[in-house]
Amino acid sequence: MDLFEYQARDLFAKHGVPVLAGEVIDTPEAARAATDRLGGKSVVKAQVKVGGRGKAGGVKLAATPDEAVARATDILGMDIKGHTVHKVMIAELSPEIEAEYYVSYLLDRTNRTFLAMASVQGGMDIEEVAEKTPEALAKVPVDSNEGVTIEKAREIVAQAKFPAEVAEKVAEVMVTLWDTFVAEDALLVEVNPLVKTKDGKILALDGKVSLDANADFRQPEHEALEDKDAANPLEAAAKAKNLNYVKLDGEVGIIGNGAGLVMSTLDVVAYAGEAHGSVKPANFLDIGGGASAEVMANGLEIILGDPDVKSVFVNVFGGITACDEVANGIVQALELLKTKGEDVTKPLVVRLDGNNAELGRKILSDANHPLVQRVDTMDGAADKAAELAAAAK
Amino acid sequence: MAIFLNKDSKVIVQGMTGATGMKHTKLMLGDGTNIVGGVNPRKAGTSVDIDGNDIPVFGTVAEAMEKTGANVSVLFVPPAFAKAAVVEAIDAEIPLAVVITEGIAVHDSAAFWAYAKSKGNKTRIIGPNCPGLITPGQSNAGIIPGDITKPGRIGLVSKSGTLTYQMMYELRDIGFSSAVGIGGDPVIGTTHIDALAAFEADPDTDLIVMIGEIGGDAEERAADFIKENVTKPVVGYVAGFTAPEGKTMGHAGAIVSGSSGTAAAKKEALEAAGVKVGKTPTETAKLARAILAG
Repeated sequence: MDLFEYQARDLFAKHGVPVLAGEVIDTPEAARAATDRLGGKSVVKAQVKVGGRGKAGGVKLAATPDEAVARATDILGMDIKGHTVHKVMIAELSPEIEAEYYVSYLLDRTNRTFLAMASVQGGMDIEEVAEKTPEALAKVPVDSNEGVTIEKAREIVAQAKFPAEVAEKVAEVMVTLWDTFVAEDALLVEVNPLVKTKDGKILALDGKVSLDANADFRQPEHEALEDKDAANPLEAAAKAKNLNYVKLDGEVGIIGNGAGLVMSTLDVVAYAGEAHGSVKPANFLDIGGGASAEVMANGLEIILGDPDVKSVFVNVFGGITACDEVANGIVQALELLKTKGEDVTKPLVVRLDGNNAELGRKILSDANHPLVQRVDTMDGAADKAAELAAAAK
Repeated sequence: MAIFLNKDSKVIVQGMTGATGMKHTKLMLGDGTNIVGGVNPRKAGTSVDIDGNDIPVFGTVAEAMEKTGANVSVLFVPPAFAKAAVVEAIDAEIPLAVVITEGIAVHDSAAFWAYAKSKGNKTRIIGPNCPGLITPGQSNAGIIPGDITKPGRIGLVSKSGTLTYQMMYELRDIGFSSAVGIGGDPVIGTTHIDALAAFEADPDTDLIVMIGEIGGDAEERAADFIKENVTKPVVGYVAGFTAPEGKTMGHAGAIVSGSSGTAAAKKEALEAAGVKVGKTPTETAKLARAILAG
């Protein structure tokens, strides 16, 4: 989960990374009191999870509380690269800046280790620095079990060639930033820019944090950081039922078991769709291993509730999952929706293979539901589902 | 022969006495796996009857190894306790630890990998978040259904469980030497390259099927490895061409960020290394079939 800047700022502050004062608001009028609390001047910063907001006009100075209200009025509701601004941060003005740096910790998948990255060329896009002047970006592996002590931090800072007068202060920031990374189970903590002010302070002016959802069991506070505004209603409904669902922009609803098989199903449907008016998959939905009839029914209900869906492709290879359970789930879901008074008109194409496939196919044949048809190969079923979606478009 | 696992493997199960552990221990036994014990410190000294097999429960991995000569551990330990269980397996220096557990925090898997490395990698780790591995007709360490296919001469390595099953099913008449599910997490122990190297060295494997998916650069690195080191034919498949940027598709590692980790880049790298890459699992199976038919 990627966080907003204000949430990153809060986590930095909690673990001792030096930041400026700031608070988040969602109405223009609230900018006045917030700016008052900062002594009458502030920076109004759009909170969006996308880069380049400064260039898009999403960061403005306010010399008075009235001006802060005006700037917040401008920025709230603004569209920045497809992201609507729902919140702004009213932040303390930075003292005059003398230099901008970059520091981060992240996972290096290739080497299966954590990595510290640091550069004295901060402020701009770090991917650009890495590409144009790779020698200006120090990359130092960090052993997960050894962590970042002050000695290790000094090594990172030395490799990045920070000037002597700031080296020790930056090293101290590297230690607190590591504490943030570990304590919060983050996949990324990044400060850009880390600034040196004219009065000699080191401050984290902007930052990015991404958290690991697998650690939620020991991070109870992370749930509150979720952006409920942005969640698609279908994704929210699926999450409430513990389903692994991602909304996409096509017309063929997809249900399968196992992340790899579902990803593959999306591809196969997209290929098949090329011959049928370019229909595409409408979602990713993985019912997981060993799914019960109930899980299958929950999944189908979500998919059928998506107005974009014109046909549904259920693609199951029974490994642990038993195909008779899946077939029962389909039959039950259709009955359940009928008793709820919902008029299901979308055709379903079902492909079952593997564990108890014959039994599952028989259940579907016996139920003889007018909307359900069986196709026993993955490519053939994808083609059928695409054809049906195109016909209903 | 086969890789990593054979009929002589002596297997213990960490987390055997839980519901998932019991279910799959039963299935593994059914596939002929020589299961010599379970590990659970709270039930040490007891034993469990599974289909008439009396399986002893030991307090630690080290004790189980000492008493039974076990050389493989399969882990069904819940995510919160998985790191400690893997560290225990590493400390006991068991040669192979197969971590089935899904949903382990990255800081935990990075920690046990760093620990394994600091101990000289005496324990091969497969997974986490993987279906394990099977050498059909000999032994099954994990959750891959044993009845999909038969022994044969294809080696399979895959990030995905169900795609492993699908591919084994497509090629069930030819059969497999071994099939290894390496898992879809950002940090995994055994990589595509490790399995490719083992299959290349295995006299019972004639052709290798490699299944990848979006995220990371493991497939690209595997392509480089194949170019330099693999003489056997390799057929590939990559899932996730239609996955949008920034969305995690089920596996924690399956995410395209910016231009990195795309399926198109992986396919291109594999093809440049001489790997025939199928558009769908079925087409991939056809490619393998054509090569084996000469």
